[in-house]
Amino acid sequence: MKTTALLLIAALALTGCGNRLGQGGDGSGDGFGNGAGAGAGGIVAGSANDPTSVAYFQQTIGDRVLFAVDQSSLSSEAQATLAGQAQWMNSNPSYTALIEGHADEQGTRSYNLALGGRRANAVRDYLISQGVSADRLRTISYGKERPLQVCSTEACYSQNRRSVTVLAAGAGV
Amino acid sequence: MFNVAFFRRLAVSVLMGAAVLAGSMTTPASAELRIVIRDPNLSPMPFAVPTFVARNPAATDLANDITRVIAADLSNTGLFREIPRDAHVGRIDSFDAPIQFSDWTAINSRALITGSVLVEGDGRIVVQFRLYDVDAGAPLGEGLQFVGTADGWRRMAHKVADAAYSRITGEGPYFDSRVVFVSEVGPKDARQKRIGVMDYDGANVQYLTSSDSIVLAPRFSPDGSRIIYTGYESGFPKVTVIDVASLAKRTVGGVDQNMSFAPRFSPDGSRVVYSAEVAGNTDLYLLDIGSGSQTRLTSAPSIETAPDFSPDGSQIVFESDRSGAPQLYVMNAAGGEGTRISFGEGRYGTPVWSPRNDFIAFTKQNAGRFHIGVMRTDGSEERLLTGAFLDEGPTWAPNGRVVMFTRETAGANGAPALYTVDISGRNLQRAATPAAASDPAWGPLLR
Repeated sequence: MKTTALLLIAALALTGCGNRLGQGGDGSGDGFGNGAGAGAGGIVAGSANDPTSVAYFQQTIGDRVLFAVDQSSLSSEAQATLAGQAQWMNSNPSYTALIEGHADEQGTRSYNLALGGRRANAVRDYLISQGVSADRLRTISYGKERPLQVCSTEACYSQNRRSVTVLAAGAGV
Repeated sequence: MFNVAFFRRLAVSVLMGAAVLAGSMTTPASAELRIVIRDPNLSPMPFAVPTFVARNPAATDLANDITRVIAADLSNTGLFREIPRDAHVGRIDSFDAPIQFSDWTAINSRALITGSVLVEGDGRIVVQFRLYDVDAGAPLGEGLQFVGTADGWRRMAHKVADAAYSRITGEGPYFDSRVVFVSEVGPKDARQKRIGVMDYDGANVQYLTSSDSIVLAPRFSPDGSRIIYTGYESGFPKVTVIDVASLAKRTVGGVDQNMSFAPRFSPDGSRVVYSAEVAGNTDLYLLDIGSGSQTRLTSAPSIETAPDFSPDGSQIVFESDRSGAPQLYVMNAAGGEGTRISFGEGRYGTPVWSPRNDFIAFTKQNAGRFHIGVMRTDGSEERLLTGAFLDEGPTWAPNGRVVMFTRETAGANGAPALYTVDISGRNLQRAATPAAASDPAWGPLLR
């Protein structure tokens, strides 16, 4: 089921349609690299082992980075992920990205909106520092409005304090 | 039409010439019949409200309905306790007949509310009422008469209850008011939100937006005709104004701002203070609605958000994490550094200035719990009114004596609901809403 959905997204990417892909960054699965094995041996175009695919970006590189409580600073792990994202974007110049900033539910609605804005912008700045053109990037904050995990413990909160880089085909954001 | 409630005609007049009012005093209220809301030893005042007299058969059901709304308004404050009708000894069969006070002292009723309802030939309804101090054996204030359209009957009931509440407590009225809020349905990770407006007691709910995009933190304009909120209709969070009557919407704020949010009207309705994020940094801005001219009020690398005006419009209280964690600050409405007013443990947010100018209510997060609290406008005398997994976003009743807020429960099935509490911390109650609800904002007292 999940593989099917991912392949469908990847196929959409190949058609070059202008729709945003993996919209919301939430519905496309949380598997990091779990889309492999779609074919026996060869690279299936658009699949997670096709380095030019959106699925590859989402799963193999990783489309999200996580943050500490109240923080927008990038851990070394986050920086490594973002370096991979930047490299991918530099190699695939026909894509733009919307960077979503999210917060966990511990905090007021307005503060979390501002915090999500800070996080998304930290990611944007890092991608720019790695050579991605600013006009290919746009940010949005969802505050605590779109949690990925719904429990009320740190196990979920840590997954919700995130930014997600959502690719879209076509120039300009 | 959803907007009828805002345009129901309601005329108020003082009842003249009734014999029973001869010699009644309009001021001051009896020293005996008095509730002091912040009295720590307060016990609810027993009162009786016999079913209002139906002056014609068409008024029978309405008379009962109006009486029950009055009783509910007063009882729900926690300041009054209704003596059940089946315990009444006396009967009120005629609105103008003399009161047998012994019938009401016999059941220990301290206040008595009587009234009548007439349905006119053209469908208008006429509601009359009087309030009595039973111990004194005398009216408390003048009799009043309300005339309005039939669909405004709840408003007339609220007006009666407001008059009784105000005369006995000495506080301003608040029952005849509306609340704007966000109605929420769906699972926690895919909530659908839309803006609703309801009477303060949950009646007459109307929805102003669809669930197609996220809407956050709606607030009334001072005259109640517009609502300002943060909406994602464009795909990005933008301060948006919706006209309550026409539902026409427009976004406000600068084009260079990536996100604009947390708006509030100034007390005169001419300006809006809000937060905007530019390149990751959130600051406060002031927008003149008429001219569209905009002023940046703060320019620090920290987050400045959740602004609210003082009642005279001269100052703004807001939240900033410039000290390392969110705290409350007050600044001149023209901008500036601001003065920090919160110094307790924990994090402070969403300050709202009481319309009475005596307190600021806020959200406090400390040791894994959330609280609604109040402090003086200089930050002194901090008191926490509530404590729970997640309480946030207080809003003041028009009289500044009751606070409504969002309480969200924990876990995968957690959901928000609206609650009220009075400024003494007493009488925590869940407000009636048709579905899960958040982000309440109390509107003005209706005219």
